[in-house]
Amino acid sequence: MSDYMKRSFLVALWFVFLTFPLMVVKVNTLKNTVEWRWMNMLWVAIGAFVLSLLWRWALERRQLKNKEAESGEDESTRLGFGQRLLVEPKLYKPVLAVLFVATIAFPLLFDIYQTNIMVLALVFVVLGLGLNVTVGLAGLLDLGYVAFFAVGAYTYGILNSFWGIGFWTSLPIGGLMGALFGIALGFPILRLRGDYLAIVTLGFGSIAKIVIENWEEVTNGAKGIAGIPRPGFFGADMSITSATTYTYYLMILMVIFTIFITNRLKDSRIGRAWMALREDEIACVAMGVDMAKTKLGAYAFGAFWAGLVGVIFAARNTYINPNSFTFMESALVLSIVVMGGMGSIVGVIIAALVLILMPEYLRAFSEYRMLMFGAIMVLMMIFRPEGLIANVRRKYRGHKVMTEDVNA
Amino acid sequence: MPEITNKLLEVKGLTMDFGGLRAVDTVSLDVCTGEIVALIGPNGAGKTTFFNCVTGIYKPTRGDVLVHPPAKKSQRINGFKSNRVTTIGMARTFQNIRLFQNMTVLENVMIGRHCRTTTSILGAILRGAKTMRQEQETVNRSYDLLEKVDLFKYADEFAKNLPYGAQRRLEIARAMATDPFLLLLDEPAAGMNPQETRALDELIVRVRDTEKIAILLIEHDMKLVMNISDRIYVMEYGKEIAQGGPMDIRNNPKVIEAYLGEEADA
Ligand SMILES: Nc1ncnc2c1ncn2[C@@H]1O[C@H](COP(=O)(O)OP(=O)(O)O)[C@@H](O)[C@H]1O
Ligand SMILES: [Mg+2]
Repeated sequence: MSDYMKRSFLVALWFVFLTFPLMVVKVNTLKNTVEWRWMNMLWVAIGAFVLSLLWRWALERRQLKNKEAESGEDESTRLGFGQRLLVEPKLYKPVLAVLFVATIAFPLLFDIYQTNIMVLALVFVVLGLGLNVTVGLAGLLDLGYVAFFAVGAYTYGILNSFWGIGFWTSLPIGGLMGALFGIALGFPILRLRGDYLAIVTLGFGSIAKIVIENWEEVTNGAKGIAGIPRPGFFGADMSITSATTYTYYLMILMVIFTIFITNRLKDSRIGRAWMALREDEIACVAMGVDMAKTKLGAYAFGAFWAGLVGVIFAARNTYINPNSFTFMESALVLSIVVMGGMGSIVGVIIAALVLILMPEYLRAFSEYRMLMFGAIMVLMMIFRPEGLIANVRRKYRGHKVMTEDVNA
Repeated sequence: MPEITNKLLEVKGLTMDFGGLRAVDTVSLDVCTGEIVALIGPNGAGKTTFFNCVTGIYKPTRGDVLVHPPAKKSQRINGFKSNRVTTIGMARTFQNIRLFQNMTVLENVMIGRHCRTTTSILGAILRGAKTMRQEQETVNRSYDLLEKVDLFKYADEFAKNLPYGAQRRLEIARAMATDPFLLLLDEPAAGMNPQETRALDELIVRVRDTEKIAILLIEHDMKLVMNISDRIYVMEYGKEIAQGGPMDIRNNPKVIEAYLGEEADA
């Protein structure tokens, strides 16, 4: 412990030294005087000392936990609380019931502004779940995911402004267009891995934005497309408030739909092949899995959700322009996936809600948004690389298990 | 001696160059129905490279890799992707274990069934009767295989948590799940203790006798090789220096000089 103190003390000294010119010395150029703000130095010292102590304590805890895991303790029987919440009906049933009521009641309890923000958060939940398939399940890094989101949004915008095609027709078309672009962009990067994949997908994301900005005849360039209709309900005339509420419920259904479908896929022949591809590509192909087909499937399936929800995003905003589809959005969705725990559905939902709602409600934070994402990423990688809620693998039951149960 | 009827794998004059290095130099090798064939040689002789050429991980520089699957037409498979080779019916294990670490033991085996099942993305979403039947078949077959390699009790463990010997057996089960007519094992006994090696010895013979799968194996454990092999090929510096039954190989002066003399007797 005293070693900790000593080290933290040194860290504090170092920080005091580093920040001295910035925090302590203040030159007043008008009066030609120097102000010495010694109190600032004290705060820096105390702050650095406490943070350093916390840091070391957390690191030590992490290491202890790792050692425990290594010393042969059966990991699968010691699930964390988050995981227990997922697998034990006694725990998750009441939670689910409360959540259900809260979700239904939300637009009735809060005003249209809040509901609108919630819709945005739900859009990012679906984006997170979609990217989670590509990145978390299949292990294919994608830093340009926002491109498919843009494809969906512009599909609706263009279809509507040129041909007056409505929301409900555009919705599946948007999803399919997303998937199509997923395949098209997937082809050239089939053989890339790691850093190269990161760079190329990053490029794709930027290209999408540049194309939208410059293809004025179709996309209306930087001016964007305005007057996009909100989702219709059998042609009923709706006020903005009821339209927003309606969009909210639509998004809730959308999230449930996404969870349902991705869950089915996760526990299927295709989902297992995606995971195997993530774990070891050479072994996976050597076991008879077609690499190109499987990867393209993962890109297409992930991109499908972005396209689908892009249509809803366009309808929610009634206005789209290229600035909604920057690298920032890609990074945001990726943060959601990393923070939530690769492959974990509940984790992704929580992460999406936190990362979208926090900057909206804590305005003070929103300026430091990028900084915070960076910090969160680094902290997650050090302390919880498995994400907030680690994925629980499914146990399959076969005929052999039953015979064994009888014998036991 | 099992009756030797027909060739399953026929490799002729296989050569593999890495830049200036000739890792495999005009090697020819056959495996027939019901055989256990061993490929031995000192480290760096080019055995693993030979496997990689046959299973489509590398495209051989020269030579022919011909397969004669039972009851199907013969094919020259040079340059086929490894998933196609596996689908044709030749499955392998790896010298440096390549399991899917963060998947369960059962799921590892289930991956082997991938090429024998057909569910598409749409099928996985709809979960029709055929999909569910295939899925249950996959699970049942995988449990059966786990039982055969004595890993049943580990089914729900992550593959990374298995002891070393068990990981090697899991690789064999995973390869068997692809319904191969020929199994290629790259140093399956490496890192096993003598007791595990004996069990492996029995397992390999059992696979050949009851599953009717022919076996080509690379192995350094001479006792195991001499015990179970019908024929043995010896490689050194990329070249094939001898072939024959265990007795011939044991007494071949070239082999003794290259290999047995320095390693097996030690
Ligand atoms: N991908 C590769 N690139 C370059 N050289 C290789 C490659 N793979 C194997 N080699 C070389 O080929 C030779 C044979 O290696 P290998 O087949 O692994 O031998 P063995 O399995 O008999 O121990 C070695 O000299 C090795 O360095
Ligand atoms: Mg080798």
